[in-house]
Amino acid sequence: MVWSAGFITDPEANRGLVVIAAIALGVVGVALLFKGMDFVVDRLPAHLRERVRPWIFVGPALLMLGVYLVYPAVNTTVLSFKGRNSQEWVGLSNFTEIFTDTESLVSLRNSLLWVIIVPLFAVAIGLTFATLADKLGRRAENAAKSIIFMPMAISMVGASIVWLFVYSFRPPGFGSQIGVLNGLWTGLGNNPVAWLLQEPWNNLYLMIILIWLQTGFAMVILSAAIKAVPEEIIEAARIDGATDWQIFWRVTFPTIASTVVVVTTTIIITVWKVFDIVFVMTGGNFGTAVVAERMVTEFFTFRNNGHGAAFAVILFVAVIPVMAVNVRQFRIQEERR
Amino acid sequence: MTAATEAVPRPKARRSFLRRAFDRWPVKLAVAIIVVIWLIPTLGLFITSLRPESDIQTTGWWTTLGHLWKPSTWTFANYDFVLFRRGFSNAFLNTLAVTIPATVIPITVAAFAAYAFAWMKFKGRQILFVVVVGLLVVPLQMALIPILRLYTSGGHLFGIPIIPDLNLTGTFPAIWLAHTGFGLPLAVYLLRNYIGGLPSSLFESARIDGATHFQIFTRLVVPLSVPVLASFAIFQFLWVWNDYLVALIFLGAEPRVQVITQAIALLVGDRGEQFHMLTAAAFVSMVLPLTVFFALQRFFVRGLTAGSVKG
Repeated sequence: MVWSAGFITDPEANRGLVVIAAIALGVVGVALLFKGMDFVVDRLPAHLRERVRPWIFVGPALLMLGVYLVYPAVNTTVLSFKGRNSQEWVGLSNFTEIFTDTESLVSLRNSLLWVIIVPLFAVAIGLTFATLADKLGRRAENAAKSIIFMPMAISMVGASIVWLFVYSFRPPGFGSQIGVLNGLWTGLGNNPVAWLLQEPWNNLYLMIILIWLQTGFAMVILSAAIKAVPEEIIEAARIDGATDWQIFWRVTFPTIASTVVVVTTTIIITVWKVFDIVFVMTGGNFGTAVVAERMVTEFFTFRNNGHGAAFAVILFVAVIPVMAVNVRQFRIQEERR
Repeated sequence: MTAATEAVPRPKARRSFLRRAFDRWPVKLAVAIIVVIWLIPTLGLFITSLRPESDIQTTGWWTTLGHLWKPSTWTFANYDFVLFRRGFSNAFLNTLAVTIPATVIPITVAAFAAYAFAWMKFKGRQILFVVVVGLLVVPLQMALIPILRLYTSGGHLFGIPIIPDLNLTGTFPAIWLAHTGFGLPLAVYLLRNYIGGLPSSLFESARIDGATHFQIFTRLVVPLSVPVLASFAIFQFLWVWNDYLVALIFLGAEPRVQVITQAIALLVGDRGEQFHMLTAAAFVSMVLPLTVFFALQRFFVRGLTAGSVKG
């Protein structure tokens, strides 16, 4: 690995060749790793072979997870009980400082609002759209779904640039508006509004960006679940005189409820970790800070490892109940097999 | 099918084209409204990227709709500048060198692990799997500083050195491995769901025929799991391609290895509000992920829902 790293960063090498070599090395390397380990296991004494083999299958994954997630998690938890330079032990004072500081409390309140509002709207719009699109022709349905999903392919940096042209504001007398929202608003005869400075509504405007990004994800997965609802049940309900509305709430929704839980969980975790949108759009100013953004700012801008780590631990602890629900779900599924 | 349901399609066939077009119009209208709302922000960016710099700063992008056919409305200058004068083609290549292995490595590692979790017997299988899924919640940002320290000065836990100093910072393997580690929990979770749902008779008969686990994995499981592998590939590809934070920290700011999101962020940084280049750059960065998404999307739905539908 060290040898290859040296070759890849050689400044004299041709860029295109380096890129191809790097791709080949990464892709072929991992295949050879598993093949080689299996070869070695085959040479072991017979009674050991099948006891060792599972560990070469899971081993690399466990090793990577240990280094890249478990080790940092433990390390960060330790840092959260130390001071800003990670030198001295300070007990719980990082946490008490966070829970008594008004600005930090604002970020906690905002994160809570994000976690409630974004999944709610993303799932509701995604579910509505999936249900409605299901009633269209196949080609119209696919085209419409692709457009809703498209934002998923855009980076948060890209999305922020996209939404600059929606929320952009110029004070009256400083040229015409270049943001769509102010274009509409002034077109209706109003004065332009600095949307991202309007506390507390600016939080909602930032959430709309993430709802825009996440609805496609919810929609694609819920749409698949809706299509898996057996046609005969719906047909039977219709013959019994049920309206579309009744069929949706009494037949479709109960059938796809478990998928709704999975989708909501995934979105909650994504929302809880969100930082890019806030960081790029407002920098966490004007009352828009959220926990994950505070964590990055504490670490990298204020260089306060203790506070940054404490925010990370708060993030981590807050998601444990959500995960507990999912682990229980997994256990139930496992027992059914 | 009963006689009653067979009779239903006939009146439908007799409807005129006009009536069919207006059939279910509330549904069509609602879908159309949502689609338009979703499309407007991206459309604005696309139109802006094709406008001359002076126009972008003085008028809203929607004003072009008034003079669509005037040649002076449109220009490729922004794309020309971004692609050929700001080194974006280099960043594009680097992004490929980061993204392709950072997609293939986690899929391979996760697929082997998922197979073992689903079909091999070993001690602690259940507990280990629950721990892996639980790691889904570790925020990525939490891992950045400890990993960076690991790369520059080796690993210490409670003062005991456990991992040697590898000096990986600024290299491609540094970022491949980081993305692999961060992507693994979701990959193992999704793949285990799917691979565990394959019929057990398949594995029993292969075992009776004397196939080894390695052969079963490469010749049976991988071909049968193409949908879920493709779905995860889309996710991981989009995530790595669009990532800015991990690249910034592990590749550093050196122009030679910078990826496309770093190049865009630099445009924001040094030029202030140079919208004309930003919009073109943002669009260039969106082209490949959109292509990959549309190319692989037919696998997508099947792969992600296989587990949940069965449960």
